[in-house]
Amino acid sequence: MKTSLRVKRYNPEGDDQGTYFEEFTVDMEEYNTVLDALIAVREYEDESLAVRCSCRGSICGSCGIRVNGNGALACKTKILSVAPNEEVITVEPMGNMPVLRDLVTDMTPFWDKLRGVEPWLQVQGPEPESEYVASADAMTHLNGVMSCIMCGVCVSDCTSLEVFDQFVGPAALAKAYRFVADPRDEADLSRLEALNEPGGIWDCTRCMACVQVCPKGVAPMERIMKLRDAAIEAGFKNTPGARHAEVFTEIIKQDGHLDETMLTVGTIGLFNVSRMMSLLPIAVRALIHGKLPLMYPFTHVVSGMTQIRKIFDHVEAKK
Amino acid sequence: MDFDVLVVGAGLAGMRAALAAQQAGSDVAILSKVHPVRSHSNAAQGGINAALTDRGDDWEEHGYETVKGSDYLGDQDAIEILAEEAGGEIITLEHMGVIFSRNEEGYLGTRRFGGQQRARTFFVSDFTGQALLHVMFEQLLKSGVRVLDEWFVTSLVTHEGICTGVTALEIRTGQLHTVGARSVILATGGLGRVFEPSTNGLICSGDGMSLGYRAGVPLMDMEMVQYHPTTLKGNGLLISEAARGEGAHLLNADGERFMQRYAPNMLELASRDVVSRAEQTEINEGRGIDGCVLLDCRHLGRDFILDKLHQIHEEGMTYANVDLTKEPIPIRPGMHYQMGGLKTDIDGRCWDELGGGWGGVRGLFAAGEAACVSLHGGNRLGANSLLDTVVFGRRSGVAAAAFAKNVIGQGIPLPGSEEQAKEETRIDALLSRAASAESVAGMRLEMGEVMNENLAVFRDEAGMKVAFEKIKDLQQRYRSVPVKNSGKIFNTSLIFALELGFMLDCAESIVTGALQRKESRGAHTRIDFPDRNDEEWMKHILVYHQGSETPRTSTLPVVITRWEPQVRSY
Repeated sequence: MKTSLRVKRYNPEGDDQGTYFEEFTVDMEEYNTVLDALIAVREYEDESLAVRCSCRGSICGSCGIRVNGNGALACKTKILSVAPNEEVITVEPMGNMPVLRDLVTDMTPFWDKLRGVEPWLQVQGPEPESEYVASADAMTHLNGVMSCIMCGVCVSDCTSLEVFDQFVGPAALAKAYRFVADPRDEADLSRLEALNEPGGIWDCTRCMACVQVCPKGVAPMERIMKLRDAAIEAGFKNTPGARHAEVFTEIIKQDGHLDETMLTVGTIGLFNVSRMMSLLPIAVRALIHGKLPLMYPFTHVVSGMTQIRKIFDHVEAKK
Repeated sequence: MDFDVLVVGAGLAGMRAALAAQQAGSDVAILSKVHPVRSHSNAAQGGINAALTDRGDDWEEHGYETVKGSDYLGDQDAIEILAEEAGGEIITLEHMGVIFSRNEEGYLGTRRFGGQQRARTFFVSDFTGQALLHVMFEQLLKSGVRVLDEWFVTSLVTHEGICTGVTALEIRTGQLHTVGARSVILATGGLGRVFEPSTNGLICSGDGMSLGYRAGVPLMDMEMVQYHPTTLKGNGLLISEAARGEGAHLLNADGERFMQRYAPNMLELASRDVVSRAEQTEINEGRGIDGCVLLDCRHLGRDFILDKLHQIHEEGMTYANVDLTKEPIPIRPGMHYQMGGLKTDIDGRCWDELGGGWGGVRGLFAAGEAACVSLHGGNRLGANSLLDTVVFGRRSGVAAAAFAKNVIGQGIPLPGSEEQAKEETRIDALLSRAASAESVAGMRLEMGEVMNENLAVFRDEAGMKVAFEKIKDLQQRYRSVPVKNSGKIFNTSLIFALELGFMLDCAESIVTGALQRKESRGAHTRIDFPDRNDEEWMKHILVYHQGSETPRTSTLPVVITRWEPQVRSY
C-alpha cells in the first residue's frame, strides 16, 4: 500500500531557519508502523531526515513524536490505525521541548526534571544481608510505573506544561510515585514535601492528556492523584491544592453543588489579603459578565441532598 | 577533557562498570551514542539467572548447565566466576531498587528458563532488562558520574600499544573531540544489525567490537551467532523465552509438539541452539506454516498471560495482530545475540597480561555482549546475558580503576590536537565524497541479507564463501559510498556511514571464524561437518584485523577446570 507522510522539517543550518512541511510517499505493508515509513523515507527518499529510533518494539522510548497532532511512539503507531484509507499522515516533533533538527527534540529539560525528583531508592540504616522482604502485591503494583520508558510523549502533550514550564511534568511525577509507593523507600516525607512546592503535584490540571497518549499504560495523572492523597495523608494540608480539595468536598457536602466563589475564598483563605486583592479584578469582570451568582450560594441547595450525604457517609465509612 | 576511566556504552554493562570504577576511587565518565535508557539492555525480557545458595540452590549446577549450554566451548574459569558471583549481584541489584517479582512470603521469586533443570531465573514480569536498566540509570544519576550522551566514538587512540582515549563526535553539534583516559572500557553491546532481520535495535552495530579489532584486539568465537527460537516474521522482533519458561508449547503445522522428537526431556526448554535447529528442520521439511512454526500460550489462561507475559501479549497484538490468549502466534528462529566478541581475561582486560600469546591492547577493557570472556562459548543460555553484564561489568570497572591508578604519573601522553586533526580530516573526507547511486542503507541491507542467508541456523562451505566474497565486495564499495547530508547538527547519515564500516569489520570476522571451524558445535551447525569434533576443534578461534588484507587467525585452548566434555543431549 502507499503511505504518505507530511513531515515537519527543521534544519538549524539551513539558509532559511524556519520550519516547513514536506510530503513523502513510500510503499508499506499492512503490518508496518509510522516508524517503518519514516525509516523508509530516511533510507530511500531523503537521508538527511533526522529521527531518533532503535528498538522498533516500544521498549527503548527513542521515537516519541506527534502523529496527526497527538503524542505517540512512532514504532507503536500502526499505519492502518491512523490512515485506514491511505490518508496523509502528519508527523511533527514532540511538543513542550525545543527542536534540534526535524523530529529530534532536546530532552535536556526532561532529564533535568527527572533528576530533580531524586529518582533513586533512599533507605535509612544498613541494608539487610539478603533481599528486602516486600509483599508480592506491592512489587507487582510497581510494574505499572516501572513500565515507563521515558519516551517523553506525556510531557509533549501536557497542557499544564504548555503554560507553566516550571511544572515537573507527568513523567518525573510518575517516577516519584514509583519511590513513594515502593515499600523499601524511606524518604516518603521529604519527597512529598518537595512535591508540594509550586511546580509539583498540585500543578496538574487533570486534563487526562498524559493518560491518553502514554504508549505503555503508565497513566501518569493517576499516579499524581495518588501522590496528592499521600501528601494530604502525610499531613501536608496547608497548600492551595490540599485546601482546594478539602473546601471542594466541604461545599459539596453542604449544598450538593459547587459554589465557585466560596471555593476560591476557601482555597486562598479569607485573610490572605494580598492574594484576595489580586483576584478582585477577575471577580469584577466575572460580575459584569454575569458569571458570579451572588444570590444563590446562601439559598440554593440541590434536591436529592440525602443521597449525596449517603455517598459521603459511604466513602468515609470505607476509610 | 580527560578522565581516569572512560566507559564507552551506557547499557547495563557500561553503567555497572562506571559505578564500580567510581566506587574504587576513579574519576569516571560514561559516553554513549544514545541516552543510557535507550540502550539495548532494555530488550532482555525474561530474566536473570543466579543460584542463591542460601535457599538451597547450587551455583555449581548453574555453572555446569552454562558449560553444557555452551557446547563445552565456554572457558570454565570464567563460568565458575559467573555462577559463583551471581547470587551476590542479584542482591546488589535488589538493594539498588530493582522491583523483582516476589513469592507469597515476600522473598524473591523465580521462573524456569531454557537449558536448566531448576527455576533460578529472577525476573520483573517480562520486562526484566528494562527494569534493571532504568534502576541502574537511577544509580548513575545518584552517583554523579559524568555522562556524555549522544556522543559517538569514531576511533580509539593508542600510544605505544596502550589505549589513551578516544576521538568522538558530539552528535548534537557535530563537533569532534578527543577524550583522554588512563583506561577505556568498551561496553558497546552487540552487532545484530550485521544481519537482516535481527531482534536487535538499530543501534546494535558492533561499534566497540570493531573499534577494539582495529586497534589490535582479537575477536574471539565470532562464528557463534545465536538464533533465538521465537522471533516474529514481519519485523524480526523478539518473543521472550519467558513464554516457554512459563509453559508455552511449540507446534508444527500438524499441531504436533515436535520438541518431543528433538529433546524428549527438556522439550521447549532445551538450549536455544537445539530449539532453533528443531524449528528450522520442521520448516525445511515442510511441516511449517509460511516459514514459521507456532508458539501456543492459550492453555496458560488469560489472567496468567496478562500478568506474567503482559509485554509479549501487547507485542503480539501490536506487531502480529495475534491475541496470545486466543490463538497461537507464528514465530521462527531469528538472529539475536553474538556469543563472541573482544577477547578479554576474567577481569575484562583486552590484553594478554599472563603471557598467553594473544596480544591485545593495554589499558583497554571490554564487558557485556561486546566482550568474549568466554562465558557463552557456542551457545548462551537464556537469562545469562543480563548476568554477564552485571558481573563482568563490575569486574572490569574495578580492574580498570586499578589500572588507571597504576599508570597515573607514568607520563603517557593523552590524545591531543594531532589526533583530533587527523580524525577531523578523515570525517571531512567522508562527508565530501562524490555523489553516486550507492547508499549506506542499500549496502547494509545487502550485507544483512547475505549474512542471514548463509550464516544462519544451518551453514555450509559454499554458502559461507558466497558471504565472504560479498563482504569483500562491500568493503571495497564502502570506500566510496557517499554521505548524502553534509550538515553538522544531528547528522545521522554520517553516523550510519561510520556504523556500516564497523559492521563490515564484524561481518568479516564472523565469516572468517565460521569458515575455519570445520565441525558443528553450539550455534555453528555445518551441514558439511555435522558432528562435534573435540579432538580438532575444542578450541577458540581468534581473528586479528589486518587493515584491508584478509584477517589473520589463531587459536587458544578452551579452559577446562572441572567439567569434561560429554555428549550433549536435552
